[in-house]
Amino acid sequence: MTTPQPLLEIRNLEKRFELDRGFLETLKFRGGKFVREKRAVHAVNNISLQVAPGEALCVVGESGCGKSTVARLIAGLLNPSAGEIHYDGQRIDNRSRRTLMPLRKKMQMIFQNPYASLNPRMTIQQALEEPVRYHNPSLSRGELRDKVAEVMRAVGVDPSWSSRYPHEFSGGQRQRIAIARALTVDPEFIIADEPISALDVSIQAQVLNLMLEAKDQRGLTYLFITHDLSVVQHFGTKVAVLYLGSVCELSDTATLFENPKHPYTRALLSAVPQLKDDHPNHIRLRGEIPTPINMPKGCPFESRCAHANSRCSAEQPRPIQQPDGSLVACHAVEEERLDG
Amino acid sequence: MSLLSVRDLSVKFAMRDNTVTALNQISFDLAKGERLGIVGESGAGKSITGFALMNLLSRPGFIDSGKIMFLGDDIVQMPEAKMRNIRGNKMAMIFQDPMVTLNPVLTIGQQMVETLMAHRKLSKAEAEQIAIVKLREVYIPSPEDRLEQYPHELSGGMRQRIVIAIALLLDPQLIIADEPTTALDVTIQADIMELLLELCQSNKVGLILITHDLGVVSQMTERTLVMYAGRIIEAGRTREIINDPQHPYTQGLINALPQQTKPGQRLKQIPGSMPSLTAIPKGCPFSPRCEFVKDRCHTEAPETVQYANVEVACHEVNRLHTDKAEEIKA
Repeated sequence: MTTPQPLLEIRNLEKRFELDRGFLETLKFRGGKFVREKRAVHAVNNISLQVAPGEALCVVGESGCGKSTVARLIAGLLNPSAGEIHYDGQRIDNRSRRTLMPLRKKMQMIFQNPYASLNPRMTIQQALEEPVRYHNPSLSRGELRDKVAEVMRAVGVDPSWSSRYPHEFSGGQRQRIAIARALTVDPEFIIADEPISALDVSIQAQVLNLMLEAKDQRGLTYLFITHDLSVVQHFGTKVAVLYLGSVCELSDTATLFENPKHPYTRALLSAVPQLKDDHPNHIRLRGEIPTPINMPKGCPFESRCAHANSRCSAEQPRPIQQPDGSLVACHAVEEERLDG
Repeated sequence: MSLLSVRDLSVKFAMRDNTVTALNQISFDLAKGERLGIVGESGAGKSITGFALMNLLSRPGFIDSGKIMFLGDDIVQMPEAKMRNIRGNKMAMIFQDPMVTLNPVLTIGQQMVETLMAHRKLSKAEAEQIAIVKLREVYIPSPEDRLEQYPHELSGGMRQRIVIAIALLLDPQLIIADEPTTALDVTIQADIMELLLELCQSNKVGLILITHDLGVVSQMTERTLVMYAGRIIEAGRTREIINDPQHPYTQGLINALPQQTKPGQRLKQIPGSMPSLTAIPKGCPFSPRCEFVKDRCHTEAPETVQYANVEVACHEVNRLHTDKAEEIKA
């Protein structure tokens, strides 16, 4: 496989959120004496990903697996605890707001809840105009107006409604407007964090179509965060499956759905309720997701995995390239213990 | 004899100057131990149906007309004291968010014992024994210890299991589950659904499953009602509805799922969105979004007719079928 120069590259990214901040909070009484101890939530642990231009990388996983943290780290809304983020050859993590400005024009974000991401006191015209004016201060009023009308038409919202307020629109229309807002500055990279999860089925299809259209017409690259595997199969070119802050499987979408390898990916795929399957045959997982505060020493999935052995609880598996090109972090896959 | 029989049930909401219709003359039956799915998008009236069945509608909502016959008695006419005895005892409800259902300042044990002692003459120790048995039935590990714990100490999946255990405490004959797994992750959802299915089958409990997820309905239920703008627009055996839907809305809903289109291709979307209750279109409520719309769809509300093994409310149901037949020929 020839991989073109990646547009976005993440190397060994880590993010910890400290739980005990003040001095007194760090004091713990253990075994008859006081000790200082800082607990942290290990939200993202050593993730490396690449996104090539024109790709749509989907990041899937269950709540608490660190999907949204990854999105926020890339968008520069959070600073990583360790690791590097490169965009188009430039390092972009831990930058000041000012130096991030030109980047924000290239990289835009769409959030889950369109009710929260649009300012209720701004008309649609104002909301859509703001980013354009900010990034292109030289534009005249007429040009601004044309630009806003153009993106509104592109997302299928009548430009004559531009003087209305967000509450006058339905959820689906609001999400289109949020997408329009991301498109106004002609970005090349879009980070979408669960953009259709809050919408009804028939509206989901409308918004997903719109995002696919924008991808084809504007040559966009996507990082798409979702928990919905059927959307991944439809939208993504590559998939990264996250569990407890680590990537357990990274692969082409078609390969992943045809031949999932990691035990977690298999369980996740089998758990999706199918429309036409009378006899669901789902792999039951033991227990629940452990908290990311006390991270297990070995494989993060070890406590729920049916194939775990002593090596899994002692040693963290590294992602290993498989013959079909996918990366899988699992001792059982490496040792070929799974399908025998 | 059927467990539940709903006839021409209408629910209205009193607004300042007028009333809006949230449920428009819906009728359906549920046999003992039968599992029924109610699907639709937000605003279709699914949850209102659930609340009406429990007689839990509060102002400004009220039951305008119709009958809800449950075990031979009409719930609509029933005095509140008698209804309290049915609620929890004969009929129980499971809601979407277990954190809202459970009382955060009471232990699991207190909440379970309270429910049991309110309905049955039991000592506290006896009630606790029953609680432990029920917790074991929903696969809660070490149930004795859980009785002492508060809801916040448990994970989301565990909480929803406890809600199910509480719903089953008094061996009800009907469980109404309103989006019971929407707030949970897929692996946990699969677990909870399997559990619910198993419990309903082994105890012969009737289930009304309210959900927006066609996949869940397909795996869980025997019959399905599809709702749109406060009406039942299609009803029948789940398999028939999933495999051969007749109403254009049901067809649209199934076709809009990403699984139904090749990856990367345009999804078949339904234009527009669900009308608000204050502005339900005249005639067929789906007419502004329907691709097969004819003149009379705008003026005349369609009657429910039996067609191809399902009941469907659509003027153009025949035309749909002839089109399909032509497609097959061509």
